[in-house]
Amino acid sequence: MTDSAAGAEQLTVRVWRGAEEGSFATYHVPARANQTVLDVVTEIQRHQAPDLAYRFACRVGVCGSCAMTVNGVPRWTCRTHVSRVATGGALTVEPLRNLPRIRDLACDMAPFFDKWKAAGGRFEGGATRADLPAKVNPASAKRRAADAGIECINCGVCYAACDVVAWDAEYLGPAALLRAWTLVNDERHEGRRATLDKAMGRGGCGSCHTLGSCMSHCPVGLSPTEGIAGLKRMSLAAMFLGGSG
Amino acid sequence: MERRLFGLQRLTAMVLAPLVLVHLGLVLVAIRGGLTAGEILARTQGSVGWALFYGLFVVAVAIHAPIGIRNVLREWTGLASRAVDCLALGFGGLLLVVGLRAVWAVVG
Repeated sequence: MTDSAAGAEQLTVRVWRGAEEGSFATYHVPARANQTVLDVVTEIQRHQAPDLAYRFACRVGVCGSCAMTVNGVPRWTCRTHVSRVATGGALTVEPLRNLPRIRDLACDMAPFFDKWKAAGGRFEGGATRADLPAKVNPASAKRRAADAGIECINCGVCYAACDVVAWDAEYLGPAALLRAWTLVNDERHEGRRATLDKAMGRGGCGSCHTLGSCMSHCPVGLSPTEGIAGLKRMSLAAMFLGGSG
Repeated sequence: MERRLFGLQRLTAMVLAPLVLVHLGLVLVAIRGGLTAGEILARTQGSVGWALFYGLFVVAVAIHAPIGIRNVLREWTGLASRAVDCLALGFGGLLLVVGLRAVWAVVG
């Protein structure tokens, strides 16, 4: 990596050290051209704090494991260039909000995935390997609705951005409900009605206040807000018009 | 349960929307020549139409409002869910009794 023109410039990086209890440690890292926040965290871990715990895998925005809170905003650190977010050469890096902190920048994703399952997010196919692949019309309204949310990689950014998750421990969260929305629109999913019931149950869509933080922070540009609104509409239609959901 | 309450709240909102508009319109018309108890009672007493109108209004409110109150209590207080349900149910019952009593008072 090439040093920037102002090669001697330093970034001042405050990094959360500890678990629920802890404090910020300050590190100074050389500012470089085309430097991501994940690069900065890696540089600190390799050269200054070998015991710094953080999580990453692909480094290119595919796996969704490197999400952290950067200057107060949940982001994929691998796809966040320092030049876009650093204010006066300063960065503050914390673990994602709304999840238990394991150590330093790594948080426990178990509650996130537990809620994903509680929202009926598990696909249940009815076909066997002897059956031909289902013929799904990609232009159908339902398939297009499912396609609109299918690119979620469960990074947890929306979950960390959501204020309802912060104040309501039962709320299933945007990612889980968006997953439910894709499943109730997937004609191959046998448990569509069960998924709709779970997504509309306790802690489900009724708890959403349509704050919109999920869609404004989603790194993929998905809109869980739209999915939740769709689930509400579908549920009302099923209740009053007798639709199958 | 949650899903049914969600549906009921939306359904009662749909019922209440036109009722509220008619009620507000009625208030504007009724006060034009001065408002006295005698005038109100002359219009409402023995009126099956107004009895049905405000009876439906009260029933819809008694269903709609407690569902919202329940959500607010659940989110903003640390009360147990059973306590929240009881409070919301009690509030709904109070609205129903007080509201129907008022309707009976002006149309009976």
